[in-house]
Amino acid sequence: MPLRSPRIAPSEITPPEVFFNRRTLLAAALAGGASALLPAAQTPQPPGARLDYSRNPRYAVGEAPNKLEEITSYNNFYELGTEKEDPQRNAHFLKTEPWSVTVDGEAQIKGKFTLEEILKPHALEERIYRFRCVEAWSLVVPWVGFPLSALLARFKPTSSAKYVEFTTLYDPSRMPGQRASVLTWPYVEGLRIDEAMHPLTLMVVGLYGQTLPSQDGAPLRLIVPWKYGFKSIKSIVKISFTSREPRTAWNIAAPSEYGFYANVNPQVDHPRWSQATERRIGAPFLAARRSTLLFNGYADEVAGLYKGMDLRRYF
Amino acid sequence: MNVEQRYRFIYKPLVFVAALAPLAWLVCGAFGWFGASLGADPVKKLEHECGKTALQLLLLTLLVTPVRNLAGLPHLLRLRRMLGLFAFFYVVLHFTVYLVLDLELNFGTVLGDIAKRPYITLGFTALLMLIPLAATSTNRMMRRLGRRWQNLHRLVYVIAVLGVWHFYWQVKRDVREPLVYAAILALLLGYRVVRAVARRRLTSMSGSATAPGRT
Repeated sequence: MPLRSPRIAPSEITPPEVFFNRRTLLAAALAGGASALLPAAQTPQPPGARLDYSRNPRYAVGEAPNKLEEITSYNNFYELGTEKEDPQRNAHFLKTEPWSVTVDGEAQIKGKFTLEEILKPHALEERIYRFRCVEAWSLVVPWVGFPLSALLARFKPTSSAKYVEFTTLYDPSRMPGQRASVLTWPYVEGLRIDEAMHPLTLMVVGLYGQTLPSQDGAPLRLIVPWKYGFKSIKSIVKISFTSREPRTAWNIAAPSEYGFYANVNPQVDHPRWSQATERRIGAPFLAARRSTLLFNGYADEVAGLYKGMDLRRYF
Repeated sequence: MNVEQRYRFIYKPLVFVAALAPLAWLVCGAFGWFGASLGADPVKKLEHECGKTALQLLLLTLLVTPVRNLAGLPHLLRLRRMLGLFAFFYVVLHFTVYLVLDLELNFGTVLGDIAKRPYITLGFTALLMLIPLAATSTNRMMRRLGRRWQNLHRLVYVIAVLGVWHFYWQVKRDVREPLVYAAILALLLGYRVVRAVARRRLTSMSGSATAPGRT
């Protein structure tokens, strides 16, 4: 599928020297000179290990990304606690080795794969995406990952694979938040197959050039940048190709508040709060609130997926 | 020192300082003093902490009468006004943070929120209802209003219900914390109901026509 370049004015693109400078600094700070010894193949690494990746310049947002500290200390990951700081505090519970992913459903190739087998063939790239939470706050994050489409294609989905369902690990000893029935566990999310195959949809293993910290969904998570954050399921252990729309965790919890599609849309309010604006985490006082963009600013790429659909009904 | 003096020179100043402590901690967090931090989203932290402190002080205010009766500490009443006024103070801070720091003085959004978002409607109503209570909290107003003062200040029960409801309704999913507030409020209000019923029964048995109205 050809990649289309997002419509971004040249003036919005961060100058390359800023990026390269940042990356050099990061590399120096994180790798401590050992980066030359790291293997090129994608083998699983403990959280915080430096990844081998290249930056994909097509995906930038013309704004500086949030600080690593902000992205790793302000998380909605109820498996590790329901307060924003809880996931960071409880991150040590979530051991990610060993890790495997089960693939089943409407596909020719199925089975249980180690994380290494899942990751091996994929070259990693960095993409800077906007991230918009349904709670009306947002971030800009430099994710490291690879297109989900490349992974899904390996399993040869059949023509009856209309949806893809993802499941998070269920293990209350590693995810203490699962001891409280705040949501139905395990967490389940899903995409229509065309959404899953869309070039923007990313399988993520890292951020800021390092493997994902547990609180951000280690070791493998989804990022669907035009949808509210809860669609971007974390710590995935199962991928199922299905013929029917998956029953997703937040939709089960409150069907009138969280739809299956959950596309970012400033015109469709949450029943209890407005989605017209959002506050950018880390922005200066009194300059953080901004208008929310349709499909989180990715309308040019994804609006076609929903042609003819009533976005109010399929929220 | 007699009881009067102890309240005046020790307990009241202590409560005053204690009631300002949450604010002091938030200020430390805002400036990064003493290792305090407001986290990645300082505005929400300020907004939520001020709101929760207001509710806690409101519940404390409602705790004065039961403790006073059950523990036999009549002078405790002297602390109640200060607790109530501090609750009002934190409600005003909460609203100011919401208006200035969260919505960044976007008045269109504020009016829309108050009109359309039920949990904000509840919270704003509670704020408005607190204003006459704060305004009539002086000794002079108490004397001037006489019996009507007590009737007016029974509004605090409605305000507390609205406040807890406002908290419960804005939580996305994990309602355990607001339910704790609701349970405490239920106990505090339940105590008053039980007491009023018991009193009524007592007075009807003794055949007296009027009962003292304190609840």
